[in-house]
Amino acid sequence: MIFGFQTEFFQIELEEGLDDGPDFLSEEDRGLKAINVDLQSDAALQVDISDALSERDKVKFTVHTKSSLPNFKQNEFSVVRQHEEFIWLHDSFIENEDYAGYIIPPAPPRPDFDASREKLQKLGEGEGSMTKEEFTKMKQELEAEYLAIFKKTVAMHEVFLCRVAAHPILRKDLNFHVFLEYNQDLSVRGKNKKEKLEDFFKNMVKSADGVIVSGVKDVDDFFEHERTFLLEYHNRVKDASAKSDRMTRSHKSAADDYNRIGSSLYALGTQDSTDICKFFLKVSELFDKTRKIEARVSADEDLKLSDLLKYYLRESQAAKDLLYRRSRSLVDYENANKALDKARAKNKDVLQAETSQQLCCQKFEKISESAKQELIDFKTRRVAAFRKNLVELAELELKHAKGNLQLLQNCLAVLNGDT
Amino acid sequence: MAAEREPPPLGDGKPTDFEELEDGEDLFTSTVSTLESSPSSPEPAGLAEDISTNSNGPKPAEVVLDDDREDLFAEATEEVSLDSPEREPILSSEPSPAVTPVTPTTLIAPRIESKSLSAPVIFDRSREEIEEEANGDVFDIEIGVSDPEKVGDGMNAYMAYRVTTKTSLSMFSKSEFSVKRRFSDFLGLHSKLASKYLHVGYIVPPAPEKSIVGMTKVKVGKEDSSSTEFVEKRRAALERYLQRTVKHPTLLQDPDLRQFLESSELPRAVNTQALSGAGILRMVNKAADAVNKMTIKMNESDAWFEEKQQQFENLDQQLRKLHASVEALVCHRKELSANTAAFAKSAAMLGNSEDHTALSRALSQLAEVEEKIDQLHQEQAFADFYMFSELLSDYIRLIAAVKGVFDHRMKCWQKWEDAQITLLKKRETEAKMMVANKPDKIQQAKNEIREEIEEWEAKVQQGERDFEQISKTIRKEVGRFEKERVKDFKTVIIKYLESLVQTQQQLIKYWEAFLPEAKAIA
Repeated sequence: MIFGFQTEFFQIELEEGLDDGPDFLSEEDRGLKAINVDLQSDAALQVDISDALSERDKVKFTVHTKSSLPNFKQNEFSVVRQHEEFIWLHDSFIENEDYAGYIIPPAPPRPDFDASREKLQKLGEGEGSMTKEEFTKMKQELEAEYLAIFKKTVAMHEVFLCRVAAHPILRKDLNFHVFLEYNQDLSVRGKNKKEKLEDFFKNMVKSADGVIVSGVKDVDDFFEHERTFLLEYHNRVKDASAKSDRMTRSHKSAADDYNRIGSSLYALGTQDSTDICKFFLKVSELFDKTRKIEARVSADEDLKLSDLLKYYLRESQAAKDLLYRRSRSLVDYENANKALDKARAKNKDVLQAETSQQLCCQKFEKISESAKQELIDFKTRRVAAFRKNLVELAELELKHAKGNLQLLQNCLAVLNGDT
Repeated sequence: MAAEREPPPLGDGKPTDFEELEDGEDLFTSTVSTLESSPSSPEPAGLAEDISTNSNGPKPAEVVLDDDREDLFAEATEEVSLDSPEREPILSSEPSPAVTPVTPTTLIAPRIESKSLSAPVIFDRSREEIEEEANGDVFDIEIGVSDPEKVGDGMNAYMAYRVTTKTSLSMFSKSEFSVKRRFSDFLGLHSKLASKYLHVGYIVPPAPEKSIVGMTKVKVGKEDSSSTEFVEKRRAALERYLQRTVKHPTLLQDPDLRQFLESSELPRAVNTQALSGAGILRMVNKAADAVNKMTIKMNESDAWFEEKQQQFENLDQQLRKLHASVEALVCHRKELSANTAAFAKSAAMLGNSEDHTALSRALSQLAEVEEKIDQLHQEQAFADFYMFSELLSDYIRLIAAVKGVFDHRMKCWQKWEDAQITLLKKRETEAKMMVANKPDKIQQAKNEIREEIEEWEAKVQQGERDFEQISKTIRKEVGRFEKERVKDFKTVIIKYLESLVQTQQQLIKYWEAFLPEAKAIA
């Protein structure tokens, strides 16, 4: 993949794998896909994001599809989509009654380069106050960071599409096909203020309703258990995700400090007149190298741990939403039952009540059936994803610690031998 | 000088003993050139000084610690300068058993153990290394500061520290002794030494800084971690301060220092209090000095001094920058430790709520690993601070002392200049008197002026001698300081890197233990 960037200050064209700076991202693509281990990309429908371009405010994704399905005009084609269009697709699933019984794959988060852009701006402003090598070092660092965020957002959008493509029902959705194929702008604008306000109220009503609905005890043990479980799990994942984030960030700050220490030692080494200058230069080199490893530790922790937790935060929310919809339909069903009884008692509008009750019953049963399967799948996916990521996390931590150890020991050997 | 023995000159030493010193030999030649023995002592050929400045010094295995040697100094792979008043202690960063001090005067005699002259650890910066060597080795002098104890209550409370000295030097009555001292005692010691030695050009190590906030917390009796940290920081600083001070050969001879180390009762040094009369006088003097510095324009005849001053300026700046970065690292590492602990708890909670048994167990294991890692981070932050950061701040203050010494030299020069100017004026006055011919009054005035002129001539001569003396002392001191600095930095940084090695090894252990747990998730 070739990524093009265009920010206010730097125009960068980076080829994947080209950077000899900290290679944050070699595991990345595998990493995020691994969050959904069971995404079998079969020949029937394969979706990926083959290219991406970051302009000032937006990111343009090139969505590439390969399919043998008859629904499409061609076997292979690409379109360019922006983040809003993904959201539109996601929302269309949510609003579709037919999909009430499925866990809707969570929408990808908005691409957020603000923090990175700010840092780049500060760097540009502070250029005069630091030495040339410091400036180059920091610039490289920030560029790598920018690239990392960029790749992450690409991967998250891709995962969303892959989840949809792998889902036996959702993949047949018409809107999805339009999204994949229609090679012009979908004219989906972001929600304006009024719509956002509407959404806000809708959410409030929904959560209030959710509270009411959750008060209804479920006859089915399975769902009752799932409900309690998901509620607690969701909260804890939220907490763990936040804490993991902070931990990774601290790690990165410490790694950055190594950078500055290395620079200072270098300055000391070049300016000192005694025989300690060689010593300082060697130690400075060590700090530079060890810093790269520490930065990668931080990045890997971010990917394997923080991102994993964040993703399952979103998915567990989607699962909760599914349960809510089911409970809602159960309440509706029970209300319809009561209405039917009342109608029979009064002998008025019985047929109407009967139809309504039947509909509710069907809806409820349909949701329950698919929900059960969805939740079981959710668990399988989750366990597999955690396993894969925790194993990879441990392996990477080991790899880096061993690398670090070797670096340090080599350096010590040289220093002890020299002096 | 009867006790003096001719040390084997460099070239004739036992070849085996010198094997290890190939690297060090370069050091020999450089030290020979920078050190000049004072005229009073004989010039031994092949004079060599501090050697083995690092852990690659002569290994213990090389030393033959038995009775086969004919010569007291058979194992001596290091030699000492024979400057009589100043004996440079032999310093090694790590126990180097092959060293015996040559003692030209009766001041210092190596203590001979019953069987063999096991090599002394002359000066060790780290207590752990000293403790390792504690069995049967002869120390030169070693200081420890320990056991901080709160004495008294309320605002009059203070911390008393135990100062333990282990030494083989005969100027001390015992070979091991300890006393109780409080912080102001240390400050008092420093101010006495400074007043005696700074103005003649000796670099007197600065005492640790006061901290009103820190001490108040301790006095008030807060038993929290920040006050224990503060006390520990201070204890370590006091220890380093004393160790540096006794390393200085001239200061080591000072009776005030000896009294500080030895006598059980010490008169309280009230002059060290910031708001005392002496304290205020000090502040006024400091301000006056600063003004003076700006107005003295010295004709530097010796480029060496100018060069060195510039070097120290640069070094100062660099060290400050490095220190700031290291402090940031300490801060971030502490943050990392706190965040890791928080995450560990959170992961444990998550593990509890996870209903898949194997995954739940793995998550709990992860939480445990992270908790252990949090401990690691804390220890590493500790090392970051006590080894790296404190070393830098010590040296920043030491360089300030060095700069002070250079300033004293300038003042000395100024004094000499002033004397010369005054002498000139007096001579002019005399000349004028000679020309004006008033016989009656003149004779008395002439005698007066004659006397004054002689007085000022003497002062000028004294001024010149002082200036030359201080210049010479400074050169020597700076040479010694630079060597010390090199050794110090190397030792401490290597130790710090070793602490990093430790951390990584632990990390490997922890993750290796976790990996099978993660793989066991079915």
